[in-house]
Amino acid sequence: MRLTLRVWRQKNADAEGAMSTYEVDGISSDMSFLEMLDTLNEELILKGEDPVAFDHDCREGICGACSLVINGDAHGPERTTTCQLHMRSFKDGDTIDIEPWRASAFPVIKDLVVDRSAFDRIIQAGGYITAPTGSAPEAHATPVPKPDADFAFEHAECIGCGACVAACPNGAAMLFTSAKVNHLNVLPQGAPERETRVLDMVAQMDEEGFGGCTLTGECATACPKGIPLVSITSMNKEWLRATRRVAKR
Amino acid sequence: MTYTDYVTGAPVADTKAPAGPVNERWDKRRFEAKLVNPANRRKHTVIVVGTGLAGGSAGATLAEQGYHVVQFCYQDSPRRAHSIAAQGGINAAKNYRNDGDSVHRLFYDTVKGGDFRARESNVHRLAQISVEIIDQCVAQGVPFAREYGGLLDTRSFGGVQVSRTFYARGQTGQQLLLGAYQALSRQIAAGNVEMHPRTEMLDLIVVDGRARGIVARDLVTGKISSYFADAVVLASGGYGNVFYLSTNAMNSNATAVWRAHRRGAYFANPCFTQIHPTCIPRTGDHQSKLTLMSESLRNDGRIWVPKAKGDTRPPNEIPEDERDYYLERIYPSFGNLVPRDIASRAAKNVCDEGRGVGPGGQGVYLDFADAIERMGRGAVEAKYGNLFDMYQRITDEDPYRVPMRIYPAVHYTMGGLWVDYDLQTTVPGLFAIGEANFSDHGANRLGASALMQGLADGYFVLPATINDYLARNPHQDEVTGEHPVVQEVLAETQDRLNLLLSVDGDRTPDSFHREVGELMWEFCGMARTDAGLRKALERIPEIREEFWRRIKVPGTGEEFNQSLEKANRVVDYLELAELMCLDALHRAESCGGHFREESQTPDGEAARRDDEFAYAAAWEFTGTGQAPTLHKEDLVFEYVHPTQRSYA
Repeated sequence: MRLTLRVWRQKNADAEGAMSTYEVDGISSDMSFLEMLDTLNEELILKGEDPVAFDHDCREGICGACSLVINGDAHGPERTTTCQLHMRSFKDGDTIDIEPWRASAFPVIKDLVVDRSAFDRIIQAGGYITAPTGSAPEAHATPVPKPDADFAFEHAECIGCGACVAACPNGAAMLFTSAKVNHLNVLPQGAPERETRVLDMVAQMDEEGFGGCTLTGECATACPKGIPLVSITSMNKEWLRATRRVAKR
Repeated sequence: MTYTDYVTGAPVADTKAPAGPVNERWDKRRFEAKLVNPANRRKHTVIVVGTGLAGGSAGATLAEQGYHVVQFCYQDSPRRAHSIAAQGGINAAKNYRNDGDSVHRLFYDTVKGGDFRARESNVHRLAQISVEIIDQCVAQGVPFAREYGGLLDTRSFGGVQVSRTFYARGQTGQQLLLGAYQALSRQIAAGNVEMHPRTEMLDLIVVDGRARGIVARDLVTGKISSYFADAVVLASGGYGNVFYLSTNAMNSNATAVWRAHRRGAYFANPCFTQIHPTCIPRTGDHQSKLTLMSESLRNDGRIWVPKAKGDTRPPNEIPEDERDYYLERIYPSFGNLVPRDIASRAAKNVCDEGRGVGPGGQGVYLDFADAIERMGRGAVEAKYGNLFDMYQRITDEDPYRVPMRIYPAVHYTMGGLWVDYDLQTTVPGLFAIGEANFSDHGANRLGASALMQGLADGYFVLPATINDYLARNPHQDEVTGEHPVVQEVLAETQDRLNLLLSVDGDRTPDSFHREVGELMWEFCGMARTDAGLRKALERIPEIREEFWRRIKVPGTGEEFNQSLEKANRVVDYLELAELMCLDALHRAESCGGHFREESQTPDGEAARRDDEFAYAAAWEFTGTGQAPTLHKEDLVFEYVHPTQRSYA
């Protein structure tokens, strides 16, 4: 395949960015999208040009590092991560636009690489269960009903890639935050910190400059792991419950 | 003197493992280890490099104990370390199934699975700790698979006959890592861990014979800085990416362990690499990495190839009696669940015979037709759905209808920095945990044991043993950036990067990585020979010489520069590859993942030579391209007596 790529190039956080156009040829439909970019970069290096910077690591769809907006869609046309998107989703002669995550809470570092440390700070605010090493009771001491365990798992699948934020017209991080709140709040082990967890994480989310949620649902459509939109509703319920209970104390 | 003219130095001994019954040694060591008063712990700084299962759990636990932890990862977030990609599960001797499991059986299985090249006292401790790990992870909210009664589910894995593997669908590594990451996040928020993401360790600082810090590069600004501590813990993972194509993450690398080796830490059993039998075959030269399909698939999938050579019919058209379910045929009692090294080699053998399937004949079938008929599609989907989806996405084939094609790929490295029972390297104050050390898996790791070892080291072993070191060295002189040793290490690092940037040749870092990787796969991969290894040993220095003449790295060192990062990692692969080949050459026996064609039984199984090679080989660095010194640690088997492994 022969393709025309229009790629966002930005030297560093302070520089102005712009789209640059490149041609690539000899692209196999079995290549992953990132292997296609590897091909471009090998050519750029040999020409003495700066290769396109992008985040990637496991290339198995689980680490959450890769983060490209492809033709306007976070992670491109398939419901998967960019690393698991294959060139068979494109046609010979296509022009493909490649941009970084666009959100004020995710500033660009270089080209297609953005700073997602805001997500780490949301987890630090309460996305954990306090259980210092060594203090754990026997694992079977607390059975967890299978539906609750499955609900927890479904939300724990979030890979923290940030596609939800990139897809949201408001740049909101509600889906990311709700995934962790729901994972931990449904479990008996998470119950003691149930209220503080949701209140603190939501407060941190607001502080990081993410937008407000208007339930457009773009986040859940873009999520490569299928975290459902109703996750946000569950978190809102948790938040209201926590606000009432804390007010009563 | 050529590289292969190594000399054998003084034997190396694990001086910290106490004597006495194996099941009392860990208690005894913990009791004899000195403690640091809780009030004094905050005066100690510990550097932890890496945030995978081992590093993440160690950083969190040391911080909980009151130490000041300074932690590093090259990723943009500690949550992305490659432990996250582990799929299948984690072993623990809970015996919840009442199927005859015990700590002793897990210990026995691991020593036997490692083909009698691991240290008994370490492996026993690992088996003991395994049960605590499950408790710890459940308390953190790790969503393990559960039965309808609300209790934990388990499954079986290769190389064992009990069901002791706890799992979270096909994402066990992800869930365990997020547990450790969340515990670490709590300590970062509390100010007990100073976290440096997007920062890569480039060298070790050793002052007066003790590890006192590291030199690291901020990958965003390019700034090279020194960081100081009372002890340094390397949790930087394995070195499988030497092979270019592996199941490791693209940026996983050997720089931290190799630079530590150059500063005096012995490197043990570098030739012990694991080739995983169930990976998706490569599709072409563009391939950047290989994807693993969890070994758990072998629970229900049946592996076969056509009986006839060159049979090109689609799999569904090949009748039952013309298929060779070769693992079930050769190993009737373990069948498709033989250990990884055996399954991989068997796949290679049938492909070498010309019976491989798919492009280039480099694949075998993993067939779920029987399982779907027996359990129903729904049950197969519930158990393996995400793996089937991943397979379909990559290959564009539907594994519910057509058998999967699989082929072995480099997956894990059992070798690593030599450590004693306390997980301390030969450099005092430098510890290595998780895949970065060589300690527990001998010549072959059993499935679902990497997660167990990473978390055992990080949550339970290191936090106990590092106390002893810090208690015995309470008042070390302060090291600052002005110290001549620090100045020297900083200058060396800067010079190396400057050199990479200044050559301005005509080959990319990736082209060299690919070249050395292909060489290693051919001569130091699934089957090794004296002649092949010698050929590789001749070729590697030539590639190295060419590298420094022709490498091209665009841009500068004072910016985000992924080509520079890559080139610097390739520098270290080009040295480590040589040591791996030498180790493989010197070990003229077959054991576990190390198969020397000259040493096999009449029916083609690995033939160990215990009289000559029942030792761990710990290599001491003497200079780039110069023959290293071999130090042997004799392995004593008091409880599990070496026999030829039989899975027939």
